[in-house]
Amino acid sequence: MPRRRPEAGQVIGGFRLEELVHEGGMAHLWRVSRAEADGPLLMKIPMLRPGEDPAAIVGFEVEQMILPRLSGVHVPRFVAAGDFDQPYIVMEHIAGPSLKARLNELPLRFDEVADIGARIATALHDIHRQHVIHLDLKPSNIMLRDSGKAVLIDFGLARHDELPDLLAEEFNGPIGTGAYISPEQLHGIRSDPRSDLFALGVLLYFFATDERPFGDPGAAREWRRRLYRDPVPPRRRRPDCPPWLQEAILRCLEVEANDRYATAGQLAFDLQHPEQIALTERATRSRRDGTLAVAARWYRARGAAAAARQSCAIQLARAPIIMAAIDLSAGMEQLAEALRVTVRRILQTEQGARLACVNVMKLSRIALDEFEDAEGRNRHLQRLAELKHWAHPLEIPTNGITYHVLESVDPAGALIDYARNNNVDHIVMAARGSSTLRRYLGSTSSEVVANAPCTVTVVRTGQGASH
Amino acid sequence: MLIAILTDIHANREALSACLAHAESIGVARYVLLGDYVGYGADPRWTIDTVIGLVERGATAILGNHDAEVLTARSRMNEVAQIAIEWTRTQLDATQRDFIGRLPLMVEQGDTLFVHANAWAPDGWGYVTGPAEARRSLEATSCRVTFCGHVHVPELYFATATGKVAGFIPVAGTPMPLSPQRRWLAVIGAVGQPRDRIPAACYGLLDDSTNSLTYVRVPYDVESAAAKVRAAGLPGILAIRLEQGY
Repeated sequence: MPRRRPEAGQVIGGFRLEELVHEGGMAHLWRVSRAEADGPLLMKIPMLRPGEDPAAIVGFEVEQMILPRLSGVHVPRFVAAGDFDQPYIVMEHIAGPSLKARLNELPLRFDEVADIGARIATALHDIHRQHVIHLDLKPSNIMLRDSGKAVLIDFGLARHDELPDLLAEEFNGPIGTGAYISPEQLHGIRSDPRSDLFALGVLLYFFATDERPFGDPGAAREWRRRLYRDPVPPRRRRPDCPPWLQEAILRCLEVEANDRYATAGQLAFDLQHPEQIALTERATRSRRDGTLAVAARWYRARGAAAAARQSCAIQLARAPIIMAAIDLSAGMEQLAEALRVTVRRILQTEQGARLACVNVMKLSRIALDEFEDAEGRNRHLQRLAELKHWAHPLEIPTNGITYHVLESVDPAGALIDYARNNNVDHIVMAARGSSTLRRYLGSTSSEVVANAPCTVTVVRTGQGASH
Repeated sequence: MLIAILTDIHANREALSACLAHAESIGVARYVLLGDYVGYGADPRWTIDTVIGLVERGATAILGNHDAEVLTARSRMNEVAQIAIEWTRTQLDATQRDFIGRLPLMVEQGDTLFVHANAWAPDGWGYVTGPAEARRSLEATSCRVTFCGHVHVPELYFATATGKVAGFIPVAGTPMPLSPQRRWLAVIGAVGQPRDRIPAACYGLLDDSTNSLTYVRVPYDVESAAAKVRAAGLPGILAIRLEQGY
């Protein structure tokens, strides 16, 4: 059903359309305003014409779903969305052009390539931590704030780890942009954050050499070439390209995601500390691989599907006892999750470990007998059930894990006694954020750290990106 | 308004109590129950009385196949389920049986369908275990959103713009927007006998102000529920299933 074309002065969802700032094939972008002063705003209105590429429609829906879940300086702030009469999204209007405006200045200075790369990698790390993979990273989808922070825009092809992937089942072919799409996306994999690192590698290569590493193929069937044909090393195109930059770029462009940087954060770190980049054969490579290597990769790529997840290493003979002290009280969910992540990490390196999950029910000094009645017993059982629920995702066989609810007026003392009495090698526990009051009164974790008979790991949640 | 959608309670008092306590603590204003109140578990009387109480206070309750089986003499179930149903028959009184006899097979409210098993043959009890069955069910109703149970494994199905149907295994505790631009079928996980290897009870939480659905997991006292199953003389496998979430 054709809708009336929006016009300046029209009010949609309480927002007044001021100026059409971009007229794209899939959406129109309007500068809008409303009574409440909340900074410059942008409204995205999809152009939903019958017979249109379904990607336009689904992509808009995906962005409507994902943008409200994102926060921080590296994305436009979500303001509002409308569904029925006129679909729209209103978001913060980021001033200035996208990085696409820089294309006529290419190639850039190498230090600037690294600087922009670090900013983009930092932004990617931020959205990855928020469960989102962009999957269409390219210069036109990146802007820089006045502060210099990179902002990622257009989440129409993005994937949120914890939400249904509305795009995955929609199309038969790969979804992305030919010059930037990663090898695994060509296999239909939309769940690997390292796909964004591949696209960033393409961008860095382009900005450093003024050439795209795999050209700008139009037809999707030509996209597959990158599965077996490695790019011309940047130093071949610009001999003065520093080895560390070539190392970083080519590592991003590895066909196997496992061979790339593990996280965008690691890449950002490297690009900010070039002198600490570990150089490999990639750093000084001067020509592309020979026919034989390419033919071998081509043969593998023919039948290649999703790479299997790496299996766990063989259990070690050593069997330390790890004690996780878990606070199950309301408001501690994030810390409990962070604690589980840390415990999982420790268990992965300590393959023979046993895990003791311990929770302390704090008794008040004046009612020591309250847990002897039925209600107390139920609370005890409920705590046990919650401990098991906490540990369940760790998938530890029952002979490797135990659960203990301690009752004490002195939680730190109870944990320390437990550790001492059970030959615990390593206590892992979470600590709330520090505050003047807590420093003054002391906290359970600081007391355990001070008095425990063994190693103590104190887990805190990372700080979110600050505005 | 927050709406709790509970299904496949299967006479598990510990699980239902934990779910209702959780729902109450977060301010749930309405309850919808998608059937299978009895069978498998050891507390059919308490469970039916609790459901009667919820319905008296405005809850919607649907009939499930195990409930229907209590009232009929036919045997269409596997041996273990049949043993549990025959035991359950000896437990329920006339009032409780009468309540079950008056439960509807499906209820439509606005653009939402509530049904135990599927929309294409609600009294045939066919399972929605994959996109093909989800599609068949979506094609059998004009409602935009369907909520069902019966499978005991949570999954959210959605119709794509090109008419395909895809499934997604929900992440517990994450609200998922049910975009009005497409059709959805939510298989809610079981309260009283989860089968996705997670022993914690599951229920659906619909927020009609944001049009989003959250699959909630509620850990409960599995050991007591399993011990009661054994004490009642019901097949031991029913206790093991609770302990293992399968």
